[in-house]
Amino acid sequence: MFYREAGQFKTTYKSDQALFPIAQDRYFVIGVVLFAFLVIPFFITDYWANALLLPFLIYALAAIGLNILTGYCGQLSLGTGGFLAVGAYASYKLMTSFPEMNLIVVFLLSGLITALVGIFFGVPSLRIKGFYLAVATLASQFFIVWLFNKVPWFFNYSATGQISVPPREIFGFLVTGPDASPAITYLFTLTLVSIFALLAKNMARGNVGRSWMAIRDMDIAAEIIGIRPLKTKLIAFAVSSFYIGIAGALLFAVWLGSAEPTEAFGIDQSFLILFMIIIGGLGSILGSFMGAAFMVLMPIFLKNFMVDGLGLQPAFSEHVQIMLMGVLIIFFLIVEPHGLARLWQIAKEKLRIWPFPY
Amino acid sequence: MMFFLEVTISGLMAGVMYSLVALGFVLIFKASGVFNFAQGVMALFAGLTLVGLMEKFGLPPWAGIMATIAVMILLAWLIEFLILRRLVNQEHIILFMATIGLAYVLEGLGDVMWGSDVKLLDIGLPQGAVDWLLDDYNLYVEKLEVAAAVTAVIMVIVLAIFFQKTRIGRALRAVADDHQAALSVGISLRTIWVIVWSVSGIVALVAGIMWGSKSGVQFSLSLIALKALPVLMLGGFTSIPGAIIGGLIIGMGEKWAEIYMGPIIGGAIENWFAYMLALVFLLFRPQGLFGEKIIERI
Repeated sequence: MFYREAGQFKTTYKSDQALFPIAQDRYFVIGVVLFAFLVIPFFITDYWANALLLPFLIYALAAIGLNILTGYCGQLSLGTGGFLAVGAYASYKLMTSFPEMNLIVVFLLSGLITALVGIFFGVPSLRIKGFYLAVATLASQFFIVWLFNKVPWFFNYSATGQISVPPREIFGFLVTGPDASPAITYLFTLTLVSIFALLAKNMARGNVGRSWMAIRDMDIAAEIIGIRPLKTKLIAFAVSSFYIGIAGALLFAVWLGSAEPTEAFGIDQSFLILFMIIIGGLGSILGSFMGAAFMVLMPIFLKNFMVDGLGLQPAFSEHVQIMLMGVLIIFFLIVEPHGLARLWQIAKEKLRIWPFPY
Repeated sequence: MMFFLEVTISGLMAGVMYSLVALGFVLIFKASGVFNFAQGVMALFAGLTLVGLMEKFGLPPWAGIMATIAVMILLAWLIEFLILRRLVNQEHIILFMATIGLAYVLEGLGDVMWGSDVKLLDIGLPQGAVDWLLDDYNLYVEKLEVAAAVTAVIMVIVLAIFFQKTRIGRALRAVADDHQAALSVGISLRTIWVIVWSVSGIVALVAGIMWGSKSGVQFSLSLIALKALPVLMLGGFTSIPGAIIGGLIIGMGEKWAEIYMGPIIGGAIENWFAYMLALVFLLFRPQGLFGEKIIERI
């Protein structure tokens, strides 16, 4: 009744190819973005920023990155944690070596450095496919984490082996460090994430994205119709690592403030982000956001429910929580293997003909 | 020279332990194309169950093992009934993620049922060094590792006979070749899956016993799955001899690297060295050493 595109005529190609061709979608998205930018910063508290909004946004960015590689280009990767680490350490080295460098430049450069590392580890993908590639990307995961643990230059010879972020400002507002206000860190992250999400969405429906999808669907056929697998796969690795690198830099500099490679960038992190894109929906930018929201909210919800709701011991509830998380993941995979994005799509289609489905 | 030999032997023995885990992967991958990430956790779960049964009910080792085998078969049936059956024809990545979910479930379940502290597993396997080698040749070889190697050899022989000579084995190979063709000649996929998951559950139990006797049954046991993955890559996902030989190569290479390269570039390289080794091999043979050649058509 309300969600219906009847009467919305497209008179130009431009309007036909718009990002959100249906007016209701457009207003909804604009509304959400305005709400996120103009309303939330006034009500945000430390808890909301650090427990919910920052992890959600940062993981969403990482999930977009992985989705580009796995969802759009079909190259299964388990090295996400390692690439996050590269982004984090790159930003740390840049911030400490060049204290006056603009923070935005720092983040972009960390992304670029990660992209280079990603290209390097992406080269085997030309020979190795499928699960062999997935296991091969684990090599990058373990190697990178080991490197950051072992080579003192990366953590500036600090005694603990940890890296912690120096306070840095942008336009006079403190963004990093423990004294940064939640509203500022939130707005900074939100701005970066929205810009890059928009870029990713457009990349995915443009020339690059189409060649990625061709490679994903059948790489030999794609090669025959003139898509160069080398170039396309390496671009996918580069773009994906760029996103993940920026997410890693944000994760370290804006959200956590200090990090230690084994804990913050371990293999669990890789699986977590992989779960986000599977549960959210492979090959969908919206899905990356939904998956990130789901995987950030679920543990908090489960914990609150079991410790406060049922009064279980925290140690015991931790085991139950792991178990329930596994159960929920399997349940979601069985009910909707194409992810939350697909559910959303189905809901929209139902809504179009509601209340007269026949 | 003696030192080199000792390093090599201990590497080979460690490799056998990896192969034990890798075997379970290969069985399931061959029969159902599922990349079962939960194999390591299954070994942990089997070990925990065995220790728990022996402690709580005071069962002797053989009865405990029997009971654990029964539990693993029940588990296989549950997995088929609750998960695999509902995910038929999904993409490989979905099934892969489902097994990671399964790994979480088993990990939590094992902890909830049997507690999360480190447990000692003693079913009477010999411990300490092999005496005559130590006396005559001054070689230090763990008895337990010899036992593991012997077990692995026996297991591979039994599996080979099972796959080649029995009716079920033939059905398993048919399913591995082509699901639809197997269905059309009247092989029940579901039964086959239950059988295959049971067999790999039993393999996981053996791995759990060996690793548990070596270093206690604890959470870190589930991480041995990560050790088995490079073995798989090297040997090929579909080859049982590949799992064994891959394990030997990885175990040996890892020990050599640790002893001779480790001091130069700074220790603790065992986490990634095996992966790099496997990666280099893969660049020359993308399907692993013994994997089936991948033929691609349009």
